[in-house]
Amino acid sequence: MAAVSLLSTHALSRNYGGLQAVKNVSLDISQGEVRALIGPNGAGKTTLVSMLCGRIPATSGQVVFEGRDVTTLPAHRRIALGMAYTFQITSVFAELSVSENVELAVQRHIAERQKITAQVDRTLERVGLGRMADRTAGDLAYGHQRLLEIAMGLGQTPKLLILDEPTQGLSDSEIEDFVALIRSVSEKSTVLLIEHNINVVMALADKITVLNFGEIIAEGTPGEIRANEAVQTAYLGG
Amino acid sequence: MSRAVGLHLGVIAALLALQFVLPAYHHGVLARVMVMAVFAMGYNVMFGYTGLLSLGHAMFFAAGMYGMGLAMKQWDVPLVPAFLLGIAAAFLLALVVGVLALRTAGVAFMIVTLMFSQSLFLAILHFGAITRGDEGFALARSLRQVAGLDLAAPATRYFAAWGLFSVVLLGTLALVRSRRGRVLVAIRENEERTRMLGYDVWRHKLMAVVVSGTICGAAGAAYGVLFGYVGASFSQVPYSIFPLLWVLLGGAGTVIGPFVGTLFMFYLIDLSSGLTDAYMLVVGVALVLLTLFLPRGLMGSLRDRGMKWLP
Ligand SMILES: Nc1ncnc2c1ncn2[C@@H]1O[C@H](COP(=O)(O)OP(=O)(O)O)[C@@H](O)[C@H]1O
Ligand SMILES: [Mg+2]
Repeated sequence: MAAVSLLSTHALSRNYGGLQAVKNVSLDISQGEVRALIGPNGAGKTTLVSMLCGRIPATSGQVVFEGRDVTTLPAHRRIALGMAYTFQITSVFAELSVSENVELAVQRHIAERQKITAQVDRTLERVGLGRMADRTAGDLAYGHQRLLEIAMGLGQTPKLLILDEPTQGLSDSEIEDFVALIRSVSEKSTVLLIEHNINVVMALADKITVLNFGEIIAEGTPGEIRANEAVQTAYLGG
Repeated sequence: MSRAVGLHLGVIAALLALQFVLPAYHHGVLARVMVMAVFAMGYNVMFGYTGLLSLGHAMFFAAGMYGMGLAMKQWDVPLVPAFLLGIAAAFLLALVVGVLALRTAGVAFMIVTLMFSQSLFLAILHFGAITRGDEGFALARSLRQVAGLDLAAPATRYFAAWGLFSVVLLGTLALVRSRRGRVLVAIRENEERTRMLGYDVWRHKLMAVVVSGTICGAAGAAYGVLFGYVGASFSQVPYSIFPLLWVLLGGAGTVIGPFVGTLFMFYLIDLSSGLTDAYMLVVGVALVLLTLFLPRGLMGSLRDRGMKWLP
């Protein structure tokens, strides 16, 4: 498969004092794929994706996006290049309305007022928050705030959408909608998904990367990962 | 025309009409209030909309005032270019202070701005040969003429103050409704999130400091021109605290709030000092009550209670 690489890392590491949260991670994500990143709590998943989008600087190693070394670029520049990051810990503008939240995601890359409004409406409809556009974001139920977080990622129409445990706190029916939503998103964007719900992972991922103690212990198709012994051990602690 | 634009145009129109009916005394007070409200509106861009709390805004007011005053007094620059020089001085100062102070945040930012402002005050004293130090200097009536208009005369003074006030009021309204303005609010609400939406937070903050400082400089320059006095007291700590108080009272992060707060405070002092010698006590109590019961200020509270559209 001669897929075009969208994002790759080379020996990417991050230390917190003495703790090595991410160790020598090299991965390659192809254009158009849905990549799942899984691993136990504390494995370094959030730290790893934070280094991709620049939220956290790398201790060593390299991040390449669309063939360009972005390791030293500040976060806002990487976002402007086409990455979007949705936070594991919900981070919306609590005092602003739902539509104002999404508007901030949309207005950076669209100039005309009418197009912004249209895009905001469309995005809210997609995640199922259409009827809550005028509500204050901080007043939303937790699950709806998670959806807003996703809407802010989608609103940027990114080339690479990084989702950090997006289904945490969603109900079963919301998770079903989420799976359908990411399927449609993945037609145009590449998706990097950190996810604990194994059903979601199996339903969506083209390829899975498994992280444990900061290192990649396995990588492959859902079928390969299911059969992998190291993964079983990491998850079952055996 | 939206309700928001209508409201602000209405305030401007009302202030214009008041000019013809107010008794002389209140006429003078209102002219002063409008100039000081410009100072407060400038402060509000940084504090109310961007969430940057400065304790040194007296320096921008003073930069505008001295830039204008010294140009006229020392170098015989005519009024209009002198006024523009005052604004330019505040602009440059804001740019330099912004670049340096924005390396810090929170309490450190407050201290750094305070220190810069104190440095300007000390510089004014130090260069007393030019600035006349503590005493300051008056601008003769003959200097305060432009195109045959006497800016020292109450009516023209009122019009000039009203003109500047209107420009800044509509200017800040346009700013906060613009895309950039919404990014400032986003920074105030959640800086990390704003950065992760692809905005250059530092640049936007710097813009806020520069716009804010420049507006405050315009207020200082106008004050000097209209009231004929340039003095070091305007660069001291109280003049860094006043705009903060006015903005808090009127409603931080509302366009009209700074004017409402300034007006309220002027008349509170005015009325209470007519009643008792201990008027500062009355003012103090009133302020405490207001912050307890209307922590978002007068206009901020209105916005919370039904006027959600208030920009
Ligand atoms: N800011 C931080 N300072 C110190 N240690 C951290 C910090 N952030 C994460 N860690 C540590 O790094 C490791 C990886 O954390 P994280 O990337 O959040 O894991 P995951 O997202 O896989 O649950 C954990 O041991 C965590 O305690
Ligand atoms: Mg995590």
